[in-house]
Amino acid sequence: MSLTKTDIRNLILAAAALAICALLPLGDNGYWLGLGVTIAMFTTLATSWALFSGPTHYISLATAAFFGVGTYVTGLGIDALPFWSLVAIAGLIGAVLAALVGLATLRLSGVYFVIFTLGLAELVRQSITWVQNNTGQKGLYVLTDLDEAGIYWWLLGLAAAVFLTGWLIGRSRLGFALRVIGDDETVAAHSGINTARAKVLLFMLPGAVAAMTGAILAPRYVYIEPSLAFAPILSFQVVIMALLGGASRLWGPLVGVIPFTFLLEAVSSNFPNQTTLVIGIAFLVIVYLLPGGFVGLLGKILHRLNAREGA
Amino acid sequence: MNRRPFLKLVSALTIATALAATAASAETIRIGAVAPKTGPLAGGATVTQWPSIQLWVNQVNAAGGLTVDGEKMMIELIEYDDQTNPGETIKAVQRLATQDDANFIIAPYGTGLNLAAAPLFDRYGYPQIAVSAITDQQADLAAKFSNMFFTLGTTTALAADVVKVLSGMRDAGQMGNKVAMVNVADAFGIELATAAKPLFEEAGFDIVYETSYPLGTQDLSPVIKGAAAAAPDAFVAWSYPPDTFGLTEQAMIENLDVKAFYTAVATPFPSYGTRFGAAAEGILGAGGVNPASPAFMEYAAAHEAVTGAKPDYWASATTYASLEILGQAIEAVGLDRAAVSAHLKESTFETILGPISFDENNSNAAFWTVGQWQGGVFKGVASRGRDGTVPVILKDGWE
Repeated sequence: MSLTKTDIRNLILAAAALAICALLPLGDNGYWLGLGVTIAMFTTLATSWALFSGPTHYISLATAAFFGVGTYVTGLGIDALPFWSLVAIAGLIGAVLAALVGLATLRLSGVYFVIFTLGLAELVRQSITWVQNNTGQKGLYVLTDLDEAGIYWWLLGLAAAVFLTGWLIGRSRLGFALRVIGDDETVAAHSGINTARAKVLLFMLPGAVAAMTGAILAPRYVYIEPSLAFAPILSFQVVIMALLGGASRLWGPLVGVIPFTFLLEAVSSNFPNQTTLVIGIAFLVIVYLLPGGFVGLLGKILHRLNAREGA
Repeated sequence: MNRRPFLKLVSALTIATALAATAASAETIRIGAVAPKTGPLAGGATVTQWPSIQLWVNQVNAAGGLTVDGEKMMIELIEYDDQTNPGETIKAVQRLATQDDANFIIAPYGTGLNLAAAPLFDRYGYPQIAVSAITDQQADLAAKFSNMFFTLGTTTALAADVVKVLSGMRDAGQMGNKVAMVNVADAFGIELATAAKPLFEEAGFDIVYETSYPLGTQDLSPVIKGAAAAAPDAFVAWSYPPDTFGLTEQAMIENLDVKAFYTAVATPFPSYGTRFGAAAEGILGAGGVNPASPAFMEYAAAHEAVTGAKPDYWASATTYASLEILGQAIEAVGLDRAAVSAHLKESTFETILGPISFDENNSNAAFWTVGQWQGGVFKGVASRGRDGTVPVILKDGWE
């Protein structure tokens, strides 16, 4: 693997950006840090989501399922194990669960896959509730000393790992195979690509990342209950943010997450009685006006500029 | 140039400036409120939480505001919808504390959302007088979050008093000792069932039927049919709002023959009494109040006049009482939040429920636990340290 000058420059720029982001808790420990946690959380989730769904065009609504599993790992283990090991265990369980789901469903395509992933959160939630019900589990409380700044740094670290992984995959044979699958699965199969294996491998990544995100955020919620841990809205938010940015570039979801978080914040603070309604309208506007996301918009603008120069 | 719009603009500006000047001279107390207006808990919050807040602010402002350091200060209420999402609750509390500079924040709605907000209330030093956060972990939580207070009771007390009421009926020879116990398989339903089972066994009850059903189950007829087949004397369901209604409806259809019928959350809602009418007579439920007390009657009348809806017979009055407590503490020591928290720990407050004080675990030890529909009103039949309990009656058919 050889790095070009552009690669090295990009890596340095990314590292600098990460360092600047890491300084946020030193500047503000309240409102902006709170928004920072939200942005870091959705950046991590949406970027890892797009790593799989971007090239393959498989829309996964399983984020809430993996996220919920992660919060439960922390909820159940916080009294027995150190926090970092719980994050690692959550990642492992998320990856294994994603592999099982992938093996069962990724041979299906299109809408079958979407429906299955949507149902997965409910399936996992009911399974966990069933176990709790039969063991007479009391409520799960996560009381730690981890504060907002700590959670923010954990999420930032995870986000950096996701970006690095995404960048490496993009340069690898696996990344190339996935782009071929996304363009035409039949052609990919005929070219000797083991399409099922490639898809399962890559699906494990968003699974693990979402579970780790859930594990990191559990101390923020203090009390873990199924309806809050497995809220299906999370899956949709991640998809919408990723699509707003554009799932075809590694940095696409990031440019979706940041404006969307500020939009949600502005709506919730200015329309306390119509929050859900205004958010719904915003979704419609985004879908109609920006079908390709910000990445698509940028592409169009560049294309137009080039055309003008050519003429 | 047409002068009229210009004149209008100038006069509007003048009025606005004048208004701003008056607003600046008479300082207001900014009080934040965050609770569900949408999402799964919106149904409960719009019955129990929001109307009581609206009523309290309305009454305080109608009386000229709260007296702080000898000066009357009006309340400015800032409301946010958390969409029943703990992430949104956290953002809203953060916003209230740092952007809106709220002087005080009313505790959120529901156990999960209250606990998600607790670290922020703690960090910014806001007293958090939680109502709809029933837990057995009060000691641990109060140790961790020293400004968090609990008003509505504990899980174990709610379960234990049901066992006590049923034991009383059995010992009086009114019924046998066979109990059918079911629960919704979700956080609070599981906690209650887990607490109740050993208590029933200890009290010598025979649990002849026991099952659970997932949250959101539409068809509850197998649950009631299963219970009926075991021929119990009492039916106890640790239920949530949708299934509280569903189980009652099914019990009417099956004409479930029991001497005592208990459903948990939402049984004290006025809509429950309206929906089942005469069939609700004798049904037991979680919570209760003393509806005959003049303080409650006055509150209920004002609640209906101001908000257009009746309060429920449990947490509504406690929510209002929690605001009375906050108001009294502010009038006693001013807007300093640390002083208000300290005052909450050491004083006794006169509320519509009677006197309330907080023990070493920041818990109110006097609360209602079991109530019963009698003559179209949900009356408290068991409590910890509250006056006005009425004798329990037998469930006599569903007509």
